[in-house]
Amino acid sequence: MGVLLRAQGVSKSFGGVQALREISLSIDQGEIYGLIGPNGAGKTTFFNALTGLYSCDRGEFEFDGKPLKVRAPHEVARAGIARTFQNIRLFANMTALENVMVGRHLRTRAGVIGAVLRDRATRAEEQAIEVRARELLDYVGIAGRANDLARHLAYGDQRRLEIARALATEPRLLALDEPAAGMNATETASLRDLIEALRRDGITILLIEHDVRLVMGLCDRVAVLDYGEKIAEDVPEKVQKDAKVIEAYLGGSLA
Amino acid sequence: MDIFIQQIINGLVLGSIYALVALGYTMVYGIMGLINFAHGEVVMIGALTSLSIIKLLAGTSLPGPVVVLIGLAGAIPVCMALGFTIERVAYRPLRAAPRLAPLITAIGVSIVLQQVGMLIWGRNYHAFPGLLPTTPRHILGAQITDLQVLIVVLAALIMAALILLVNTTRIGRAMRATAENPDIAGLMGVDVNQIISITFVIGSALAAVAGVMVSANYSIAHYYMGFILGLKAFTAAVLGGIGNMGGAMLGGVLLGLIESLGAGYIGDLTGGFLGSNYQDVFAFFVLILVLVFRPSGLMGEKLAERA
Amino acid sequence: MRMNLPAFARDPRFSWVGMVLVAVALVALPFVVGGGFGNSWMRVVDSALLYIMLSLGLNIVVGFAGLLDLGYIAFYAVGAYLYALLASPQFGLHLPFWVILPLGAAVAGMFGVILGAPTLRLRGDYLAIVTLGFGEIVRIFLNNLDAPVNVTNGPQGIAQIDPVRIGGAALSKSQQWFGLTVPSVYLYYYLFVVLTLLVIFVTVRLEDSRIGRAWVAIREDEVAAKACGIDTRNIKLLAFAMGASFGGLSGGLFAGFQQFVSPESFSLLESIMVLCMVVLGGMGHIPGVILGGVLLAVLPEVLRSGAGIWQRALFGKILIDPESLRMLLFGLALIAVMLYRPAGLWPEARRRREMAAAGEAPGKRA
Repeated sequence: MGVLLRAQGVSKSFGGVQALREISLSIDQGEIYGLIGPNGAGKTTFFNALTGLYSCDRGEFEFDGKPLKVRAPHEVARAGIARTFQNIRLFANMTALENVMVGRHLRTRAGVIGAVLRDRATRAEEQAIEVRARELLDYVGIAGRANDLARHLAYGDQRRLEIARALATEPRLLALDEPAAGMNATETASLRDLIEALRRDGITILLIEHDVRLVMGLCDRVAVLDYGEKIAEDVPEKVQKDAKVIEAYLGGSLA
Repeated sequence: MDIFIQQIINGLVLGSIYALVALGYTMVYGIMGLINFAHGEVVMIGALTSLSIIKLLAGTSLPGPVVVLIGLAGAIPVCMALGFTIERVAYRPLRAAPRLAPLITAIGVSIVLQQVGMLIWGRNYHAFPGLLPTTPRHILGAQITDLQVLIVVLAALIMAALILLVNTTRIGRAMRATAENPDIAGLMGVDVNQIISITFVIGSALAAVAGVMVSANYSIAHYYMGFILGLKAFTAAVLGGIGNMGGAMLGGVLLGLIESLGAGYIGDLTGGFLGSNYQDVFAFFVLILVLVFRPSGLMGEKLAERA
Repeated sequence: MRMNLPAFARDPRFSWVGMVLVAVALVALPFVVGGGFGNSWMRVVDSALLYIMLSLGLNIVVGFAGLLDLGYIAFYAVGAYLYALLASPQFGLHLPFWVILPLGAAVAGMFGVILGAPTLRLRGDYLAIVTLGFGEIVRIFLNNLDAPVNVTNGPQGIAQIDPVRIGGAALSKSQQWFGLTVPSVYLYYYLFVVLTLLVIFVTVRLEDSRIGRAWVAIREDEVAAKACGIDTRNIKLLAFAMGASFGGLSGGLFAGFQQFVSPESFSLLESIMVLCMVVLGGMGHIPGVILGGVLLAVLPEVLRSGAGIWQRALFGKILIDPESLRMLLFGLALIAVMLYRPAGLWPEARRRREMAAAGEAPGKRA
């Protein structure tokens, strides 16, 4: 299996605070790669830099062997990287189905003229968008909620909807920002099943997560950030025993 | 050269007035995120109220400046009460409503106040009696009247007092907290409703002062004067970075300078193609240019995209 | 995005009957209004149709894409002046309306892009003031471009504009149809109705499309929209251009209808008026916006004619200047409607739910 994403010396500072310091890492095709670290370690900043919401001060990303040069967020999505947000960002007043249909925007073409004339090709495309969106809702397990407004979904279902919407962009790398935050044990377990299913279907996953047990059980490899620096990167068993990591976590929660 | 100095002086006077009005916009915006479209009309009501009082007293033996002062003292509470009422009636019920709903009620209030102003004071222009000393002083080849000096100094004093109020008093701290996050401020025991009312009342008092200044300076008042003045002041607030009080002062003074210098020099700059009637174009053009390069205004904080 | 119709309304027979009824009503309306109340009221109806087209255009920008535009009337002005310059003695040009109208829509759309390209990264109210400034700049130029070269004829405006001509017949003169005299205002009415229906059709189709979904997504959450792969800059520009082109189209019609344009018709107050139509009716909801356009175009006229009459009936004399009373009532109506229906008179079903769900958080920034 080849390398899918390679980050090389990525740095970012806000004012005087160095949020990311020379982060280099590589994620292999088909793996589940965990990114952990204490609060404020720079995990979400890394996500934002990767997905083009922030520009990096230094460093670069290489995706599937090609440098990610043009780094507007929609270009990153087009290249095949999709993400979810830590604090769930859905289109609150659109239905679940419409949310996922928006995710198809990138892979469809109809413009103003097609929309107005509604020619055969446009109709076929609209139909395909809807079919695919329903499939994805079904895939993440919320097909029954298709016509509910996103804001009215239960918390766990909103997380699932966000994943379905990300999947609609046909990503090769799916970046999940704390998908289990605020979930109870049952919800977390079924989220875990979903992530494993995604991997079986060939999607590489980058996972930020606080739930250490989830990360350790699920990930093939884990990188640990602390104060914007990568202090460890290895298989979960080894990372758990790393002295620096234990120190960063004050020895506590990793045991 | 003397034209240059003269335009600078005129710009400073105009700019001080803009700054006072802009403060009203920016304080309300900072706390509620609302463009108080009716603010310009409060300025108008202030100007015309003081004018009525002044006309009543003009025949008496009181000295001119005292008469103007009484007029001002009468206009301020009227405007404060007006600002308080506007917020209570037209904005408070809509705090949780979609963002544009209070904007529309603000427009409605603006129309209503304009018509009320017209019904009370008529359609005509009112001349402001020349009660204040207007003998020009000469500095560096330019003229400045005592009135103009007074306007600039008074505006500066008021702004200094306001900065002190916001930065050093309990009320000021509560205002800053409310601007930062009304929900949290409420949880911390700040009476958010009261703070919002106070903000409106202060802004309206400033508007009254600005109204008297503008009509004294141009010797004229009119029921429609608030609209354009309000528009300019709002522009100034945005130019400086809306929600930021220092920005409103800077934006006000800058806009005044830009306008008067623009009016003086636009003809030369464009080889006579554009005359001084393009003064407003100049102001808006500068605004657009500033915002293109500094999307949050001159002193506005840079809004990082929160992801 | 589909309208929620009651079950019987989805029956195809009903929709046929409904369409025929609407068509008959639209055809008959001038004879009822014009015949019953006089042709001046038909002029009001005609201008209401222009306002509907304008509000539908602005609704794309404000209602769908969530971009507050306070200078929208500038695009109306561009369309109107383009018509005026290309079909009047001003330059001695007399192009036919079917050339000018699409051209006006295209040029206005272009202006939309010119305005949008540098400014669309501004947020919320900053965009509002820039668009406001743009609107004022356009108006000031119209006011002053009579020297050194006389382009717009300054504040006097351009008169003697060619009327719209269809098949050699000028719509400014009454026509004989089957022995029936059809006055000019009726003729314009029919033209405007056809074009309004076209604009409605285009807007409805756009709303329920890939583009429309992208607009609403941007309104709901711009960051998430970007992450979903939407090129938000281009999609916003498209909203600006589409909205502007509707403005340009109705501007051209206005010039042909009035046969006179002057900068006065394109003041900030007009921009605000159109915005009020959109918000008062129900932002983002096409039937609501149409309702808003009709109400705010007709209400001031009703008040204009009523303000004097009612006072005489009530008090036996005129107490308050009718013109002033009319605006006073108009302002009060704006306030009252927003206080009692903050999401507009006829909001989208989903927005109604949103309002019901909204909490009582004081000072909350919506």
